[in-house]
Amino acid sequence: MSENIGYVRTEMALPEPAPPRERGPVAWARKNLFATPVDSILTFIGLAIAATIVVPLFQWALVNAQWTGTDRTYCSTVAQGGIQPDGWSGACWAFVKAKFGQFMFGRYPIEERWRVILVAIMFVVLLVPLMVPRVPRKGLNAFLLFLVFPVVAYVLLVGDMFGLTHVETPLWGGLLVTLALSFVGIVVSLPLGILLALGRRSKMPVVKMVSVIFIETVRGVPLITVLFMASVMLPLFLPAGMSFDKFLRALIGVSLFASAYMAEVVRGGLQAIPKGQYEGADSLGLSYWQKMGLIVLPQALKLVIPGIVNTFIGMFKDTSLVYIISMFDLLGVVRQNFSDPAWASPQTPASGLVFAALVFWMFCFGMSRYSIYMEQRLDTGHKR
Amino acid sequence: MATQDIPRDVGGGRASLLYDPKVRGIFVQALVVVALGVLVYWIVGNTAENLKRANVASGFGFLNGRAGFDLSDTPIQFDSDSTYRRALLAGFLNTVIVALAGIVTATIIGFLLGVGRLANNWLIRKICTVYVEVFRNIPPLLVIFFWYFGVLSVLPLPKESIELPFGSFLNSRGIYLPRPVWDEGASLILVALAIGIAMSVFVARRAKQRQMATGQPFPVLWVSIALIVGLPLLALAATGFPLTFDLPKKSTFNLTGGFQIKPEFLALYLALSFYTASFIAEIVRAGIKGVSRGQSEAAAALGLRSGQTLRLVVVPQALRIVIPPLTSQYLNLTKNSSLAIAIGYPDLVAVGGTVLNQTGQAIEIVTIWMVVYLGLSLITSAFMNWFNAKMALVER
Repeated sequence: MSENIGYVRTEMALPEPAPPRERGPVAWARKNLFATPVDSILTFIGLAIAATIVVPLFQWALVNAQWTGTDRTYCSTVAQGGIQPDGWSGACWAFVKAKFGQFMFGRYPIEERWRVILVAIMFVVLLVPLMVPRVPRKGLNAFLLFLVFPVVAYVLLVGDMFGLTHVETPLWGGLLVTLALSFVGIVVSLPLGILLALGRRSKMPVVKMVSVIFIETVRGVPLITVLFMASVMLPLFLPAGMSFDKFLRALIGVSLFASAYMAEVVRGGLQAIPKGQYEGADSLGLSYWQKMGLIVLPQALKLVIPGIVNTFIGMFKDTSLVYIISMFDLLGVVRQNFSDPAWASPQTPASGLVFAALVFWMFCFGMSRYSIYMEQRLDTGHKR
Repeated sequence: MATQDIPRDVGGGRASLLYDPKVRGIFVQALVVVALGVLVYWIVGNTAENLKRANVASGFGFLNGRAGFDLSDTPIQFDSDSTYRRALLAGFLNTVIVALAGIVTATIIGFLLGVGRLANNWLIRKICTVYVEVFRNIPPLLVIFFWYFGVLSVLPLPKESIELPFGSFLNSRGIYLPRPVWDEGASLILVALAIGIAMSVFVARRAKQRQMATGQPFPVLWVSIALIVGLPLLALAATGFPLTFDLPKKSTFNLTGGFQIKPEFLALYLALSFYTASFIAEIVRAGIKGVSRGQSEAAAALGLRSGQTLRLVVVPQALRIVIPPLTSQYLNLTKNSSLAIAIGYPDLVAVGGTVLNQTGQAIEIVTIWMVVYLGLSLITSAFMNWFNAKMALVER
């Protein structure tokens, strides 16, 4: 071969940019908003909906809002005995600002609130490293959070020892009650739910029947009736003179309720584990608890993380129901403050509720995002 | 590598009874039975003693006593002279009404949102996503409060009512709608409606048989609509329109006449519908995404139009995925209707709470609650199981 006349390209051709029709915001809008006539109509309907909701909401919450003030006159129109012009409608953030302490701590004595703040700081300091996968020593961390922290928090919050004054639980309120109820509910309901789920799948008829009756009864009735039971019937069941704190009764009600739901979630996971895993564990001579603890549960729980977190979110939201047995969680305190004569105005309820909604939303949304992240991290790829 | 001596089982292979799973099982169960028995004995004893001390007679005899309170909203005749039994019945009916209304509305909104989250249109998709993420993450009680205190109670007073179409009014005391008044001969319309429904069921059956046998389709939907709407209309015309409307009228301080829907009901109904709709939307989305793409591509290859693809191929398969979780959402909605007590709508729990406070019959009231809610759950699941079985994949 004397001369190579074949044409061999030695480098890759650079990709051409997309044609102008396919680029830029106009093309994007044509593709995503006006692809077909029906799409165009839908876009206009969507714009109309957005305009009727978002614009007034924006004006109410930010533009017209009253940020400062000392009493109801700042958030009422002249006709209602206030300073705002007639026809004014805006959020009363001054109310939220003035009541912020109550929304967080309820009627917890002001000079003792450092104890709550200390507990909150401890909680965050212990929770954050547990949630970040890269931080080592998970076992110690979990031990501190789930076994040591509750004891320390109990001592700090309730007091009456080590020179701390006693703060009775009826004084607790606001976000403190919401978080305390949901934390205890979560810590109690997961192990109890796992036990119930194992009981339901047990081969022993008595254990199975007891679990099924408990789970189905609790799941079949509203939480309110369970709370009523805890607050009205529990005192009846106990001998005279022996009585429980009301907060503790609510805790028992919420935890039992959540554990029945947790049991069903865990059962779903247990059922999804192939029989071979159980038989494999048996053939290795593992005992029942070794089989469950080392082989089945780690796989089953991983499968149902979304369900578990959904149950947590549901429980977090359900703690607001303790308002009905006259305890004041965040929502209850907000509701209670509507009737404060110093702040009662037509804008107060909506402002307080929007604030409460924002707080609840941040917690629940955070939990759901974290569960998605965990699900992806733990996904080992051998999904069936 | 060293070999290990495996100890031989010399005793003929009979292990100690202590390690026999059967024996262990019986032992554990006996333990559970004894523990439960002791607990129940202890509770029953304490309860009997407590009740004796509080002078509360147990049993359901109190149901015949005079209630002595009024209910703000009742579907049946009720006043303070009625019995507790009737009060609880009214509460139960209110629960059923608000649950049914909520289920229907939540399903409609939820399906629209679920389909909207999969739409090609970016704006619609985003609006639906924002809606779902907002309502899924706040407590239902807060939504109820928002409607009740934030929206409905700040509406204008009755004398400045907002006028709505068809002679309806909206104010802080609720919605006032025209009330249909039936004159004589109106029962014929109900008969016509019943005949219409029966005939359309018959037509649907025959049409299906015929399509199975010959492949000929029959426009069942249009014929059914014509039968169900047309026959009553015909009856209405035949009896000379025995229907007038009682319109709400403005007087100086209030509205009179018409049909009033109280704000308590409205707040509860709207909140339950909006809240549950966000969950139903997610279920519907998952259901539609669960139908594999090959199904709609195969339908297109067979020459079905997009509407037909949706109606005959995608939706029937999506329903299979959707129905079980949908059932539990319906049950949740029914149970959440007990939040009525927070705004004073007299549902079963609210009425029961009042009765409980008056009579102290805690055990009986809680028993009634449990029986009713468990019963409602069972009925709903039975119906949905039947529907599910009808829709389920029939494998040969």
